[in-house]
Amino acid sequence: MTARKERLFPASGMPASQILAWVFILGAGALFYLLPDSAIAFILFLASFLVLYKTPAAPLIKLPVAAVWLCVIMPLVGLQNSYYLGVVTQAGIYVALAVGLNIVVGFAGLLDMGYVAFYASGAYIYSIFATTQAANFIHAPWAHFPISGMWFWPFLFFGMLIAALFGILLGFPVLRLRGDYLAIVTLGFGEIIRIVLNNLDKPINITNGPQGLTPIQAPALFGHILNQPIDYYFIVLVAILLIIIVARRLEVSRIGRAWAAMREDELAARSMGVPLVKMKLMAFAIGASFAGAMGVIFAAKQTFVDPSSFTFMESIGILAMIILGGMGSVAGAVVGAVSVTVLQLQILKQLSDYLGQLSAEGILSIPSQIDPAKYERMIFGLILILMCIYRSQGILPAKRRLASWWEQIRVRGTKKEAEEGVDAARS
Amino acid sequence: MEQLLHILPQSLLDGLTLGFVYAMVALGYTMIYGVMELINFAHSEVFMVGAFAGTEMLLFLQSRGYLSAMPAPVALIVALLAGILMSGTLGMLIERIAYRPIRYAPRLVPFISAIGVSFFLQDAVRLIEGLWKNAFYLTAPTLFTSVITITPELRVPAKSLIVILAALVMMLALNIFVTRSKWGKAIRAVAQDKETASLMSINVNSVIALTFFVGGGMGGAAGTLFATQYSLIDPYIGFILGIKAFTAAVLGGIGSIPGAMVGGLLLGILESTGIVILGFATHGAIGIEYKDVLAFVILIIILIFKPGGILGEEVREKA
Repeated sequence: MTARKERLFPASGMPASQILAWVFILGAGALFYLLPDSAIAFILFLASFLVLYKTPAAPLIKLPVAAVWLCVIMPLVGLQNSYYLGVVTQAGIYVALAVGLNIVVGFAGLLDMGYVAFYASGAYIYSIFATTQAANFIHAPWAHFPISGMWFWPFLFFGMLIAALFGILLGFPVLRLRGDYLAIVTLGFGEIIRIVLNNLDKPINITNGPQGLTPIQAPALFGHILNQPIDYYFIVLVAILLIIIVARRLEVSRIGRAWAAMREDELAARSMGVPLVKMKLMAFAIGASFAGAMGVIFAAKQTFVDPSSFTFMESIGILAMIILGGMGSVAGAVVGAVSVTVLQLQILKQLSDYLGQLSAEGILSIPSQIDPAKYERMIFGLILILMCIYRSQGILPAKRRLASWWEQIRVRGTKKEAEEGVDAARS
Repeated sequence: MEQLLHILPQSLLDGLTLGFVYAMVALGYTMIYGVMELINFAHSEVFMVGAFAGTEMLLFLQSRGYLSAMPAPVALIVALLAGILMSGTLGMLIERIAYRPIRYAPRLVPFISAIGVSFFLQDAVRLIEGLWKNAFYLTAPTLFTSVITITPELRVPAKSLIVILAALVMMLALNIFVTRSKWGKAIRAVAQDKETASLMSINVNSVIALTFFVGGGMGGAAGTLFATQYSLIDPYIGFILGIKAFTAAVLGGIGSIPGAMVGGLLLGILESTGIVILGFATHGAIGIEYKDVLAFVILIIILIFKPGGILGEEVREKA
């Protein structure tokens, strides 16, 4: 489409829609810089990334803009309004988790409903050693707990390792199961991990049970202690970048193609020589390792972990993010994660405050039970139902999926949609 | 050891009571799986809504003063009817809204939709109860108070016996309905082969709706019984119980109605006695707090070693 338009208007060089898009992107950035307290400016600023992604332009132009937005404008605003910085950092953690879960669910087609267990194992492995907790069961002359902040970096890898191990441990016995059974078993696994964390304060106190672990040592880099919100913002940013690069490279690699083949048709994939067990375990392990690393970062950022941060709700929330964004699409996972987090932390909270204010002023009498911020289950539920019924490919569908089962075997408009999908994939 | 023998009969009874509740909820999972090949994740919330409907009915009777005027069994039947109607209708509604439009989509799509329905309903009930009663948990009035003392350690509350009795009657009725009636035959036909059933002039859509009504109704009745047995209910009771009832359905063999009953009883007993025995064996290191873990471990073990369950056929991936 855009290519043809450009030929139609050779003199102007750029079609009007693209000019508008750039005006929006630059305007949103400037607006957010000027009005760091405005919620609308914040949301427009986030939306500008989506517009930037969708705008047809050379990566050489788009990437520097994104970099300036993320590394200059956001931190500058964050110094004035640390709340938004916190929202963005939290959204970033969810982005990384969503991209990780997307590898398991979207790429490999294995519905994992206990993903948060891997996140928890990463968070706890760091927390146990970065508080005095480990002294309860390790009595060695060389061991001093909490360990120094420099250990944060190796622990990112330990977290990945432990989570990947758990992933393989879970994956090995259950991978023969069919999709929905696998989902229930992973759900059970997630709950088991949470219950164990909740109760492993006796006979030996390892996790300190429901009280949780605190204070967790802040990371340090060359003697500089990283304990400011801005530090975690950059740590998360770098982590997301790495995870997105890895995920995108994986998607187009031999492994990614094997996953796609396995997802579409296990029998055919096996006949073509795809080692199913190895590929499934790999998907579980890689997806889990991302969650493990993010768990370590989360623990350091919060300086406090307890089992209530790792409930089934979290797993479903992350699942809702990738369903909303589009299964198997990395960009979709990012969009889904950011929109769900902002919806939860920003829009619903503001709505709650607004309603509360209205009833305090006596304009409306709203019972305290209607507090939109408390109804996140309802929101997640609605997202899942509506997306399944009306747009099961998500906001930003994966290109490869367009010609795949997810679209082909739909009830309504089967043939038409499949053809459209093929056209879209060609162009 | 002596002490263990004293505790075991009581935990066996608790397990049996709970097992009947599991069995009734498991029936819903297994019937719906039979006709749709769908794990109806929202069934746990159908159960929860049934508990609320039954309890609200009892509270309504209490507030009007009818409850003390009528004999307790009649009150129980009225409450059960409220629970069955509410849950059955809800089950049909869920199918109509959230599953029918995507019935022929890939398997995971309706399943994810079901998770969505489940989460939506939890908060919807919380919202409605919050607006209505200004609290989102309810306490059901006690209908049967007498306790039969057999030995000092084994005291059988009448309400547990009533739960067992009511569950038995309903499950028998269901079994007769499915095996003897014309509609039951239609349900079995659809479960076996949808296309051929529709060629035999069976209206597949109405049969599926009926299955959701019957399965949901059993869940609702189980919810009402659960409320009379354990009194305190909140919108989140369905989740863990639903997973366990699903475990029971798998244990018995998913798709099989007698299997669901056997599986439910077995799981209830295994869970409550197993945890007592484990507690003794490990000197209290593994206590009652690991009860849910035990149920999940049982589920994982069955799925790995005998995915077909006790009375079911092998579950295989359809190519």
